Amino acid sequence: MPLLEIENLSVKFPTKTAVMHAVDGVSLSVDAGDVLGIVGESGSGKSVTMMALMGLVSFPGVVTADTLRFDGHDLLQLSNSARAKLTGKDIAMIFQDPTTSLNPCFTVGFQLAETLKLHLGMDSKAARKRSIELLEQVGIPAPESRLNVFPHQMSGGMNQRVMIAMAISCSPKLLIADEPTTALDVTIQAQILDLLRTLQKDLNMALVLITHNMGVVSQMAQRVAVMYAGQIMETRSAHDIFESPQHPYTEALLAAMPERSEGASRLATIPGMVPGLYDRPAGCLFAPRCIYANNHCRNDRPELREWQSGMVRCHYPLPAVNP
Amino acid sequence: MTTEATAAPAVVARNLKQVYKISRGMFHPADHLQAVSGVSFTVQPGKTLAVVGESGCGKSTLARMVSLIETPSAGELLLGGVDAVKASPEQRQALRRTVQLVFQNPYGSLNPRKKIGAILEAPLEINTDLDAKSRAEQARAMLALVGLRPEHYDRYPHMFSGGQRQRIAIARALMLKPALIVADEPVSALDVSIQAQVLNLLADLQQELGLAYLFISHDLGVVRHIAHDVLVMYLGHAVEQGEKKTIFAQPLHPYTQALLASTPGIVSTGVSKKRIVLSGELPSPLNPPSGCVFSTRCPHVVAQCHNARPELRELAGRKVACHLAEQFIQPV
Repeated sequence: MPLLEIENLSVKFPTKTAVMHAVDGVSLSVDAGDVLGIVGESGSGKSVTMMALMGLVSFPGVVTADTLRFDGHDLLQLSNSARAKLTGKDIAMIFQDPTTSLNPCFTVGFQLAETLKLHLGMDSKAARKRSIELLEQVGIPAPESRLNVFPHQMSGGMNQRVMIAMAISCSPKLLIADEPTTALDVTIQAQILDLLRTLQKDLNMALVLITHNMGVVSQMAQRVAVMYAGQIMETRSAHDIFESPQHPYTEALLAAMPERSEGASRLATIPGMVPGLYDRPAGCLFAPRCIYANNHCRNDRPELREWQSGMVRCHYPLPAVNP
Repeated sequence: MTTEATAAPAVVARNLKQVYKISRGMFHPADHLQAVSGVSFTVQPGKTLAVVGESGCGKSTLARMVSLIETPSAGELLLGGVDAVKASPEQRQALRRTVQLVFQNPYGSLNPRKKIGAILEAPLEINTDLDAKSRAEQARAMLALVGLRPEHYDRYPHMFSGGQRQRIAIARALMLKPALIVADEPVSALDVSIQAQVLNLLADLQQELGLAYLFISHDLGVVRHIAHDVLVMYLGHAVEQGEKKTIFAQPLHPYTQALLASTPGIVSTGVSKKRIVLSGELPSPLNPPSGCVFSTRCPHVVAQCHNARPELRELAGRKVACHLAEQFIQPV
C-alpha cells in the first residue's frame, strides 16, 4: 500500500464572477522512501496540491477529493485536531524562503525545541540535546552556539538548514519540500540538495520535491509529475521523462531551457499564456498553446491514462524516442 | 557587425573599485567594505558581457557604477569613449542617457498607478524637448518593437503577465536609444517558457540595434546561451574572465569549476558530471581572507593560497586569478 494516496483532488477558489480551478482532479501516490518531483510553471497548482494535503487551504478555498489517505489514515474523515497531530509529526514541509518562514522574534533553539516538546513530549533539557543533534545532522558548524541565535543573524543557506532540521525533528515519513533552493545561490543550492538526498536515504523518508527547475528535478527525483493549469499532464520515471517526453507540454517545456539548446541562436518558446480564470478551454487545457492540437483536442478534455511506462493526459501522446 | 568594429567600445572599465564606509558609531573608527576591488573589462557594441557570481560578490555594485548611479572610488570608466569619472555634471547627464537599466522583478520596477504610455514616455519627458504627440508616437513604435500591441498603450501594469511586464521594462530602457543596457538578473523572476521569450527578444534587439549588454546573472544556463564574454566574480574580485566558449569548455579557476558543477543541468546522456560541492559560505567582505579570496572554500587550497593573493593573469586564452591554474589545464 502506498504511503500517500491522493485521488481526484480538486481545490477551487470561488470568486464573484467565476470559479478558479487551482487544482483540478489530481491523483498521486507516493511510496515509502520514494522521491517524487512535481514540476510546473507558476500558477500550475503544484504548491496548492500539497497545501491541500496538509490542510492549509483556508477560506474561501474548497477542497474536494475521492481519496486522501496517508499511512493508512483517511485524512478526510479525521477531525481537524487529529489531522493536525498527524500531519505535523509524520508529514513535514519546508518552504521556499527560509528567512520568512522562521519566526524573527524567537531564537533558533526555541523554535526547534517547540516542535519537539509539542509532538514528542520532550522536556526542555531533552529538547535542547536533541536540537543540537539535529543541527549537527544538517551540517551547521558549532551547533551549540547557534541555538541562541536569531534567524536574521544567519545566512539564507543556514536558515534553510534550520528549517530542514525542524522538518526532520519528528522523523517524518513524508517530507514535502516546496522550492527549497529557489531563494539560494547555486553553490548553496548544491549543498542543500546534497543534504536532502542524504537525509532522505538515511531516514528512509519519502520526499516530494516541488520545483520549477527541471535541472533540480533531474538530479533528485525518481519519478516526475508535470503539472499545468491545475492538472497533471504526465508522470513517468525521471530518466524517461527527460529522455523522451510524451506530452507536448513536457516537450515544449524542456525545449525552452537554455541548457537544452546549446549552439542555437534562438530558444524554442511556448506561444500564448497559461489559461486564466475566464479563458479556461473546454477541451485539453494545453490545446491553445499546443503545436499538435486539432479539433478533437479543442473540444474533448483528455483523461490521465496509462501510456507505456507512465501516465499521460493527451489524446495523441508523442512517440517514444528509442536511443 | 563590420561597421561597428570601428566604433568606440560601449564600456571600458579599468581597475574599477568601490569602497563603502561603514559607520560603527561615534567611538569607533569607520570600517571599510570593498564591494568591488579592481575589476577591468570592455564591452563592444553588439556584444554581451555576462557577470556571474553569488549574492554579495559585488555584481550589482558593478552595475550601479557602470550605470552612473554611483561614482567609483577609484579606477577609470569610459562610456562610448568618454571618461565618465572625470566628466562634468552636464557631460554625465548626457552619458546617463546612453546607459539604461532593466531590473530583476518586473512587478516592482513598474509604477502600478501609471499607464504603460506614461511609463514609456517618462524618460523622453525628462531628457528631451519632444512634444506630447511625437512622444506618444515613439512610445507606440517601441511597443511594436518589443512585441506588444498598440492598444496596450492605455493599460496599467497589473493587466500584464510577468513576461509582458519585462517587455515593458525593456521598452522603457530603450526609449532613449541607449548604447548599453545593464540588465540585472532580467529573467530570473520568470518561468522557463517566458524566460525563453524574453531572452529571444533581447537577442533580436541586440542584432537590430547593435546594443551592448552588461548581463548580470547567476544562472549559468542562461549565461551560456546569451553571453559572448564572461566575467566571474567572487567577493568583489574578478577570478576568471574571457570568452564564453573558452571558459565553459575548460574553467581554470576552482570557483568557476564549482559554479559549473553546482548548476543542475539535465542529465540526458545518463553520465552524470562529477559534482564539486563547495563547503561553507561566502566570507564577510568586511573581513576578507588574507590570501586568495576563495581560499576558505577552495578544494585545492595549498599554503601559498593563504599567504599571497593571486593576480589576474593571462593563461590559456583567458584571464584567471589562481596560483594553481596551470594544473587544471587538460590537453584537448
